[in-house]
Amino acid sequence: MGRYITFPELLIWLPLLAGMLVFFTKREQVAKALALALSLVTLFVSVSALFFTADNFATWNAVNYYYANNIGSTFHVGLDGTGRILTLLTAIAFPLIFLATYRSSYKNPSSYYGLMLLAQAGLMGVFCSMDALLFYFFWELALIPVYFLCSKWGAEKRIQATFKFFVYTFLGSLLMLIGIIYVYLHTPGRMFEDGTQVLHSFSLKAFQNAQLTSGEQNWLFWLFFVAFAVKMPVFPFHTWQPDAYDQSPTSVTMVLSGVMVKMGLFGIIRWLIPVFPEAASRYSDIIIILSITGIIYASCIAMVQDNIKKLVAYSSIAHIGLMCASLFAANQSGVQGVMMQMFNHGINIIGMWIVADLLEKQTGVKEISRLSGVANKAPVLTVMFVIIALANIALPLTNAFTGELLMFSGLYQFNGWYAVLAGTGIILAAVYILNLIQKVFYGSSNAVADTVKEISLNEKLVLAAVVCMIFILGVYPQPVIDLTKDAVSAMLAVMKA
Amino acid sequence: MSNVLQIAWLIPILPLVGFIINGSGRNVLSKGVSGFIGSSVVLASFLLSLYVFIQVKNGNTHVAHYFNFINIETLRIAFDFKIDQLSSLFLLIITGVGFLIHVYSTSYMHDEPAKDFAKYFAYLNLFVFSMLLLVMGANYVIMFIGWEGVGLCSYLLIGYWFKNNNYTDAAKKAFIMNRIGDLGFLLAVFWLISKLGTVSFDEVFAAESLKKLTTTDITGITLLLFLGATGKSAQIPLYTWLPDAMAGPTPVSALIHAATMVTAGIYMIARSNILYTMAPVTLAVIAITGIATAVLAASIAIYQNDIKKVLAYSTVSQLGYMFVGLGVGAYTGAVFHVMTHAFFKALLFLGAGSVIHAMGGEQDMRNMGGLKKHMKITHLTFLLGCLAIAGMPPFSGFFSKDEILAAAYANNPVLWGVGVFTAIMTAFYMFRLYGMTFLGKFRGTHEQEHHLHESPAAITMPLVILAILAVIGGLVGIPEVFMHGGHRLETFLEPVFAQSKAITEKHTLSHATEYMLMAVSVGGALVALLFAWNRYSKYSKTESEPAGFAKLLANKWYVDELYNAIIVSPLKSLAGFFNNIIEKKVIDGVVNGTGKAVNYGSRQLRYLQSGQVGAYVLLMVIGMLVLFIIQLFL
Amino acid sequence: MDIKAYIILSLTLFTIGIIGVLVRRNAIIIFMCIELMLNAVNLLLVAFSKMHAASEAAKASPSFASDAQIFVFFIMVVAAAEVSVGLAIIVMLYRNTHSVDVNFLNRLKN
Repeated sequence: MGRYITFPELLIWLPLLAGMLVFFTKREQVAKALALALSLVTLFVSVSALFFTADNFATWNAVNYYYANNIGSTFHVGLDGTGRILTLLTAIAFPLIFLATYRSSYKNPSSYYGLMLLAQAGLMGVFCSMDALLFYFFWELALIPVYFLCSKWGAEKRIQATFKFFVYTFLGSLLMLIGIIYVYLHTPGRMFEDGTQVLHSFSLKAFQNAQLTSGEQNWLFWLFFVAFAVKMPVFPFHTWQPDAYDQSPTSVTMVLSGVMVKMGLFGIIRWLIPVFPEAASRYSDIIIILSITGIIYASCIAMVQDNIKKLVAYSSIAHIGLMCASLFAANQSGVQGVMMQMFNHGINIIGMWIVADLLEKQTGVKEISRLSGVANKAPVLTVMFVIIALANIALPLTNAFTGELLMFSGLYQFNGWYAVLAGTGIILAAVYILNLIQKVFYGSSNAVADTVKEISLNEKLVLAAVVCMIFILGVYPQPVIDLTKDAVSAMLAVMKA
Repeated sequence: MSNVLQIAWLIPILPLVGFIINGSGRNVLSKGVSGFIGSSVVLASFLLSLYVFIQVKNGNTHVAHYFNFINIETLRIAFDFKIDQLSSLFLLIITGVGFLIHVYSTSYMHDEPAKDFAKYFAYLNLFVFSMLLLVMGANYVIMFIGWEGVGLCSYLLIGYWFKNNNYTDAAKKAFIMNRIGDLGFLLAVFWLISKLGTVSFDEVFAAESLKKLTTTDITGITLLLFLGATGKSAQIPLYTWLPDAMAGPTPVSALIHAATMVTAGIYMIARSNILYTMAPVTLAVIAITGIATAVLAASIAIYQNDIKKVLAYSTVSQLGYMFVGLGVGAYTGAVFHVMTHAFFKALLFLGAGSVIHAMGGEQDMRNMGGLKKHMKITHLTFLLGCLAIAGMPPFSGFFSKDEILAAAYANNPVLWGVGVFTAIMTAFYMFRLYGMTFLGKFRGTHEQEHHLHESPAAITMPLVILAILAVIGGLVGIPEVFMHGGHRLETFLEPVFAQSKAITEKHTLSHATEYMLMAVSVGGALVALLFAWNRYSKYSKTESEPAGFAKLLANKWYVDELYNAIIVSPLKSLAGFFNNIIEKKVIDGVVNGTGKAVNYGSRQLRYLQSGQVGAYVLLMVIGMLVLFIIQLFL
Repeated sequence: MDIKAYIILSLTLFTIGIIGVLVRRNAIIIFMCIELMLNAVNLLLVAFSKMHAASEAAKASPSFASDAQIFVFFIMVVAAAEVSVGLAIIVMLYRNTHSVDVNFLNRLKN
């Protein structure tokens, strides 16, 4: 280890190879089992990486390959606190998703699972890369499989939804590419160990030292920000999301909402703020106001949604809005809260989707108004859902509570009124989540709900795993804090300097 | 050597264990087993609390540290329990009354299927756990964990019969109104964090921290915390959830919505008493809110016909009293009233439950009457409860209410006047309830009459115990005028409120004034009592519907309707506007419009590709000429 | 002779060619007009070449004088190739449509 291969490399290559392997399988069962098994291996690697975070394992956690004649871009991957927590989330999410949808069958299963694993590889790459060009490469690599997954396996209006999704995010990415190239042209040169000299460099460090006037920083900041804002999404760039979530196959929706939206936040943490610290603090008010508008706006819409999937989508917009806002509050507790919440939100929302998917698959219905009294038919499912839903509205002793507490606290320290306004979001969240629980699960069961059966063992296991994580991190969140606090301090140090 | 009080963690953990066993084993446990587990864990907690209480009484207080909940550079929130006079007293009330109500429930809920029975006990245990966390937490965040936890349990238990949509509506309303208050609480916590960087009680209340806070800070923080208290303790403007919460099973109403959870707000303010003492504006707000709530709720209670609704409004009204006590700085009085109220209100609710049980689920008092003959123990204990709440000496309610009223008089005689008026109304509606239920002739159906019976021992035993407590509970706080050193509760709680006492000037009333005040309130209440007794023992169903002002009261001042009109409906229309106009037309319009514009533009440009060679050549020539002209002349 | 005369002649020929291409619909005439344009260019190239041959720069570098004339040969060769391909197309066109009107050649539209 370290000498031959490093953790970040393993995390990228494993899913990539797994994906390619799965492409060549013939039978559905084989493809499924192989995808699940290999994603579990990735999970194992990711978890073991958590035990080697000390400084003397530095060589295990980062590597930098380059060609003799290059344009200043190297294969530089590494794991820091932010990367660790998000690769862990990615590694947990995929086996969970595979397990939760184990019973559903897809056309062309080998390509389906292959593409899923490819998306995982892309995500891992995004979270590990320390080089702007590499980052852009993985950023797009994660998008492409998801595009195919949505457009081939989605619901009936999938083409329209995926088209919107793709064009939207791609437009953002292109703006970012322009930004990357512009910054690149202003980076200082670099000498490699073997004496190769390059004029400019794509490395993160070079980007941080780029010679940019504050005027340039200002518009470059927005180029990058739009790319990340579309991905998260932040109001008003969010309209692709409800449609895409609604029309994609649920497992892809889980990837999108559980992990992919974190790419946007991650981009801000790793690239946007460190590279343009000055502009970031200059525009923080505008962005926080946008985010808070998004929180209230999306929560209001979630209140009147009749489609379960869209409701969850809008609730996700509200949650992400809060994370974005407290990220730009840029203080210890706000950013620390975001770190925790990125992970917790991923877990919780995957749990929400699993339940939504189970309901839709069994009843064929996703309208809240057509369901009633599911609790009579499936008490275990109800209990699990209620726990996950309450975690979603950050009830104490569930995982989201600590994150939201820290985020709100950070936001409050930035400006009290922002916290008050964002706080109305937690009331509205209670309204729509309790509405959902009441309408779908409570009451006497109707004809549609009668078709619901109690969940099977593997679904119970998956949901139990989600619920366990919710409680463990809810009662004892300190490990996540310890894992990420260096990254938080590093980011804040950059901003202050 | 570590302090013996370190074992305090067992007190909340035991009910949690009960919750886990009952919750996970609900499909296998028989009713007997789950009832036994549910009650015995609370009994064990009670015994431990007793031990803790004795330790505290002997002067041993302790902050038990367990682990760091959140520990970042700028903020450390520890999972600590604070065991002192105040919390140990509440521990006793919660686990003691809680245990009695658990026992009561084993019989009251016996008709439920075993699964739901276990679920019920699981929820009840979870509630006790959260409530214990609330009072034991040594900082605002741990307190908040319990604070939201009890709100959740209240939600789950109000919606216990989840098939009924009205019940789940009530549950939802309770949770959301509580959340509004919780936001206030949270904001206060953030305010503290941003100013002091700590939330631990000991650090916040330390003299040097208090110096760092400006008057604005303290007033703001205390007002926000009070907003939290209005949600949890059902005060204006957030009180409307509590009467609706009566949808839950009656023992739940007794435990959560009368004896314990709703007093959380009082506990929190008593805990932060020094902050409040330093914020006179907030104190005034609290006193006014409290007295307004007390009058409003009492006036509504007069015209309610549902036995539980009367008790619910009476609870709101009594909570108002406690806030008056806090508002005038009589912290001990407020806590004292929490205690006596827990006894007699739990008693009244459980008695009402016993009545409802006997009546086969009937809650409308107009269909009751004459139950005195059929239910001797229930009747007697209920009567004692009524006398206690009406403030008749020497029952417990008299002492605590009198203490609050005396303090109110010293602060502002108007407060006292309204308070006495409320006390008179209290006596009136309680004896209206008593008269309609137990006196006169039975007005229900023959079938109901046939089934009337005294409840089993599991129901009557808690009634008897609570009745004894309701009668003698006041004796721990005999006012100075009667007996020197008789207020043992005050002596016990002295250290908790010492800081506040040091900075407030003490109003002392002359003994003559105090006697006079007592005489007025007791006399007024007695008159109302006798009037109601006389009138409602002859109650018959033929009485006309209320009209005029009475109709306003019977309809609860139309507050629910008002809230609906000014908050709920506008919010819904706003959401609808966002969804239908902004989202679909404006934002999606812009997004799709961009796509459409590109599409349209391309379609127009397509006409240039006509396929006519001549046209292409012409264009080419024109293009060349343009370039030529540019080159030559520009 | 003055270079202007060559330029005017060349321009006239070129313009006739352009107008022919623009207004005529007969493919063969268009073709001839294109040849006319090419030849107008050729004429100009030769004229300039002759003019430069007398200059001082040409004396220094012998190839300078003949470059343009070489280009003229290139153009003629290309034009010849073009004619063979173009005429073949026109013949095929005539066989298929019995017409050499270019306005019939809009099958690619839509």
